[in-house]
Amino acid sequence: MFSRILVPVDLAHPQELEKSLKIAADLARNYGASICYVGVTEETPGPIAHNPREFAQKLAAFAAEQAARHGIEASARAYPAHDPAVEITDILLRAVAEVGADLVVMASHKPNIADYILPSHGGGIATHTGISVFLVR
Amino acid sequence: MSEQNQDDLPGENPADTPEQAIEPIPAPEGDTEIIETDYTIGQDNITPQIGPVRFDIHNPVFVTSGLSILVFVVLTLAFQNEVGPLFVALRNFLTANLDWFFLSAGNIFVILCLALIVTPLGRIRLGGPDATPDYSYAGWFAMLFAAGMGIGLMFYGVSEPMSHYSAALGGITMENGVRTDWAPLGGAAGDVVEAQRLGMAATIFHWGLHPWAIYAVVALALALFSYNKGLPLTIRSVFYPILGDRIWGWPGHVIDILAVFATIFGLATSLGLGAQQAAAGLSFLFGLPTDNAFLVALVIGITVIALFSILAGLDKGVKRLSEVNMVLAVALLLFVIIAGPTLAILTGFFGNLVAYAEYLPALSMPFGREDANFSQGWTAFYWAWWISWSPFVGMFIARVSRGRTVREFITCVLIIPTLVSVLWMTAMGGTAISQLLNDGFTGVQDADLPIKLFEMLSQMPLAGIMSFVGIVLVIVFFVTSSDSGSLVVDTIAAGGKVNAPVPQRIFWASFEGLVAIALLLGGGLAALQAMAVSTGFPFTIVLLGACFAIVKGLMNEPR
Repeated sequence: MFSRILVPVDLAHPQELEKSLKIAADLARNYGASICYVGVTEETPGPIAHNPREFAQKLAAFAAEQAARHGIEASARAYPAHDPAVEITDILLRAVAEVGADLVVMASHKPNIADYILPSHGGGIATHTGISVFLVR
Repeated sequence: MSEQNQDDLPGENPADTPEQAIEPIPAPEGDTEIIETDYTIGQDNITPQIGPVRFDIHNPVFVTSGLSILVFVVLTLAFQNEVGPLFVALRNFLTANLDWFFLSAGNIFVILCLALIVTPLGRIRLGGPDATPDYSYAGWFAMLFAAGMGIGLMFYGVSEPMSHYSAALGGITMENGVRTDWAPLGGAAGDVVEAQRLGMAATIFHWGLHPWAIYAVVALALALFSYNKGLPLTIRSVFYPILGDRIWGWPGHVIDILAVFATIFGLATSLGLGAQQAAAGLSFLFGLPTDNAFLVALVIGITVIALFSILAGLDKGVKRLSEVNMVLAVALLLFVIIAGPTLAILTGFFGNLVAYAEYLPALSMPFGREDANFSQGWTAFYWAWWISWSPFVGMFIARVSRGRTVREFITCVLIIPTLVSVLWMTAMGGTAISQLLNDGFTGVQDADLPIKLFEMLSQMPLAGIMSFVGIVLVIVFFVTSSDSGSLVVDTIAAGGKVNAPVPQRIFWASFEGLVAIALLLGGGLAALQAMAVSTGFPFTIVLLGACFAIVKGLMNEPR
């Protein structure tokens, strides 16, 4: 059914990811799919890392840890961005193409009034890609 | 199985996307002196949920600066009629008593920058020896220029050379032993040629090396401490060599709060100038009113455009608008050069450079000045204004300058913009003066400051179209200042996070508009200038500290 699952992760908020990571891992095991964890980072020092390379290293470690914990095949891709807060949707769409993913599993908030002005990233991905998108709330 | 290999990262094909050249091995981009601190970015941040929106803000900095500015806006609006004279008195007091301080500081910044170009420290690369530039020269330069001068060039391009020329030609006038004229230095009474040279030299002095050196100092300090040493992208980081870990406490909070104040009021000054000039231009062209209601509507309308640009982000919003801006500005400049006195402008460019070099020592002398009106009213005000802009322009320049060497950086931030300013001032001001001298057209000389540009254009072919281009330029400059400013203030008030929630940018952009409106209503231009000067003064002290930190930080980098 699925062979490559793309899972966007925000390393700054791991607790909010628990559910989507679990679901992604279950799906991967079920369908024998591999998971690619994607992270977007700023180029300036941030809460996670001092520079994009350090971020990529942490993301790779995160992927390895997930692979070991869930017994799945996993990789990581880090994308640096000039302005991550507004570029995430575009970058994830690019990642979907580059990874060749056929499913995106990502955490998203419950939509509220603010989504009329600033749509959620998950919604943006679902609108602009042909592959399946699983928004975990 | 290749997916599990980490060499499957995008770093494999750096050719098409150099900024993705990431390897999993932590060889940061060559050797840099990473400053180890226990501080994590965002540790002092709070994330309150206000309505449907979650914020991520630095607690003391955001709350203190936000509330103070709010109180300021409310008070100014409440006492519109009383605050006007207060602002004028404040501005005059600061520029009259601290002119020597502003002028000396400006000279220090220029000397430091020039020294960095020639010393071996210039070889150090921002972001580490192996870092590659994020932006092409064209995109980089467009953003530098749009952020750095913007509206000011439109407002003063024609008016300032004309003012200095007229004042210099008028010579010295005394009243009760005090000079009442506004001539630079000793003026050039009755000498048309020399008055022209002095007027251009004085204008270029205000738009040349000094302002760009101020920006370069802030930008270089921020880029160095952020990209090379791994500290958050906020002004307090620069003070690590001086204050050590105390920058994470109140000394750092104060520095960042000062930076937010300076930026907001510096921006509001430019927005106010822009609104006045756009309104003046529209009334000149279409007979629209220039009353306060129209100004307020203009500020609101342009802030809304800026909001869209902010929501589109740095690359799709600010960069594209900056490039549009650049194209329009170049078009206007070329048009004036071609349709105006072409030969006089081209030879004037070199002549004015010589005049600038000749008068530079006297104009930049901080002590024993006879021309108080000029050195205090013009120069000290300008320096304070540039300095109040510097956290914003500097941080913006820092953010887009990763991967350049110090030498390349300073050359491009100091020398090239200076030359462009010289050309701009020569073309705009030179044409207006030539209209006066050769054609006997006194329209520019007699017009109010905001209208001078349009008076000048009215004497040229395609006057209607070019005036309209002029208005569009003012508005686009306005938008690029507002949106890049909001990005910067948001980063400072979020403790150096550049990926804070987007609604915060909306908050700051709206706030800038509000401050501009409050100041326009409560005292107009004088109020705007007074606040720019008052916030520029404390920040000058911050900048002098930054000079020390740059030298120390660069010396500690591995060479």
